[in-house]
Amino acid sequence: MKCDICDKAAVVHETLIRNALAVEVHLCAEHAIAAGYPLPIEQPIADIFPQLGEVAKVEGGISGGVSASVSVSKGKERVPRCTACGLTYTAFRKSGHCGCPACYDAFSPALDQVIERAQAGATHHVGRSPTGDGGANAERLQAMRAKLMRDLESAIASENYERAAKVRDELRLFDAPPS
Amino acid sequence: MTPPFSAALSQIGPDSDVVVTSRVRLARNIAGLPFVGRASNAVRLEVMRIVRRAVDHSAIARANREGLRWIELQTAPSRDRILLAERHLVSRHFAHSEGPRALALSHDEHASVMVNEEDHLRIQCLCAGSGLHEAFTAAFELESALADSTRFSFHPRWGYLTACPTNVGCGIRLSSMLHLPGVVIMKEADRIKRAAADLHLAVRGYYGEGSEAIGDFYQFSNQTTLGATEEQLLEEFHHVILPQIIGYEREARAAAMDRHRARLEDFVLRSNALLNAARLLTADEATKHLSRIRLGSVLGIVRVELATIQRLLLQVQPAHLTVVDPRATEGDEIEREVRASHVRAALAHPAQPPAQTE
Repeated sequence: MKCDICDKAAVVHETLIRNALAVEVHLCAEHAIAAGYPLPIEQPIADIFPQLGEVAKVEGGISGGVSASVSVSKGKERVPRCTACGLTYTAFRKSGHCGCPACYDAFSPALDQVIERAQAGATHHVGRSPTGDGGANAERLQAMRAKLMRDLESAIASENYERAAKVRDELRLFDAPPS
Repeated sequence: MTPPFSAALSQIGPDSDVVVTSRVRLARNIAGLPFVGRASNAVRLEVMRIVRRAVDHSAIARANREGLRWIELQTAPSRDRILLAERHLVSRHFAHSEGPRALALSHDEHASVMVNEEDHLRIQCLCAGSGLHEAFTAAFELESALADSTRFSFHPRWGYLTACPTNVGCGIRLSSMLHLPGVVIMKEADRIKRAAADLHLAVRGYYGEGSEAIGDFYQFSNQTTLGATEEQLLEEFHHVILPQIIGYEREARAAAMDRHRARLEDFVLRSNALLNAARLLTADEATKHLSRIRLGSVLGIVRVELATIQRLLLQVQPAHLTVVDPRATEGDEIEREVRASHVRAALAHPAQPPAQTE
């Protein structure tokens, strides 16, 4: 299958519902990135932009590096997944609820269209912005994260891997990109 | 729980002939945490700690000696949770769901914050009648006080982020509970529904999402939250949309009085006779007939104070009835008997203060 824009092979395949009509989108890696789509995991970002490879390796800790989302294979489909909370786009469509703030970027651009449709075509927020600095809660979250890190270390030290996996999952939620 | 008659639901405000209550609700989430649907109990407890601290230290709490009461729903008795739902302070889903969740509630019950509902915070202010400006100002005062110590999740493009993407942007829901018996009698409900769809409004029943329109009470709310400022949304809802629907209802009532007076009087007076005579009443039955008496009161067909009817509409609900008379818990038939007896007494002696049980 060729890319809708150029002649390269398409790596991202998505079916969008527009005005009650299903529209198929097929994009090569380059145009997929330009359109804001996450890439399927079989195609690491470093393969397309080699200069990013080193960054991805360095940052590829709990939060998974440069992209807010990855795609998981489900049969022939590629389903975007939020790296911060683990929610897949399929699960989002089923429940209608995002899992965390990072989902909004992870599921873009498909989610953008869902929002624009629900909001009578509006594309941007024009209302108020937060006023407080939220300093106190940032500190508390930092403290909670530090406690989870200690829990993780002690779970690994005591070879309680089940507990460690649970703590790691919780910890991952703190590493969502700031919103 | 507080005395059950302080809620805006039992008070009278502007346009009370049609508008029972109005509400402004702001959805907010704490930055850096997953939304409630995907949060572990530890995260939900952390949300509660952050909000409680913000509530206790907020300017609102300092300015108001009483502060906001903190009610943890996971440990609150079932009756208290249902009382809150009957007063429309929490959704029925929130009253019955599981996990750490709380309600911070002002003494007069006009301002509250649901913690760990669909979003981390649902800040809401309720006013009698169509007093949306008052509720709007109060909601943003509370929001701003909480924002002093809490960073809310905000996106440069989408504004305030919410669990459900249809609430992003301002995260604001403006709603009014309207009493529309005239429209129903004149068989113009379809006209209202078409108007609501054209105006991008959601129409819900007496208890919000997924509930039925008992007693011709309908909740109208905005669906658009993006691409307009909070003030623009308020102006549109308060000065364009509400007057239009209120106008439809008043026209329908006038037309019914003009063309079908006997039918209208029969409709109201039969309900009045029934409530004055019945020995057993279910909550839905009582609500249905009180709704007709409410119409009769506004049109001068019966001499019952609107405030009495508003109070009764609340007191006939199952949990409130047990506050009025604890015997209501002793079985289905006794409950219906207690309800009928309370309604008869209140309608016969409307000037007397309500039974105080606390």
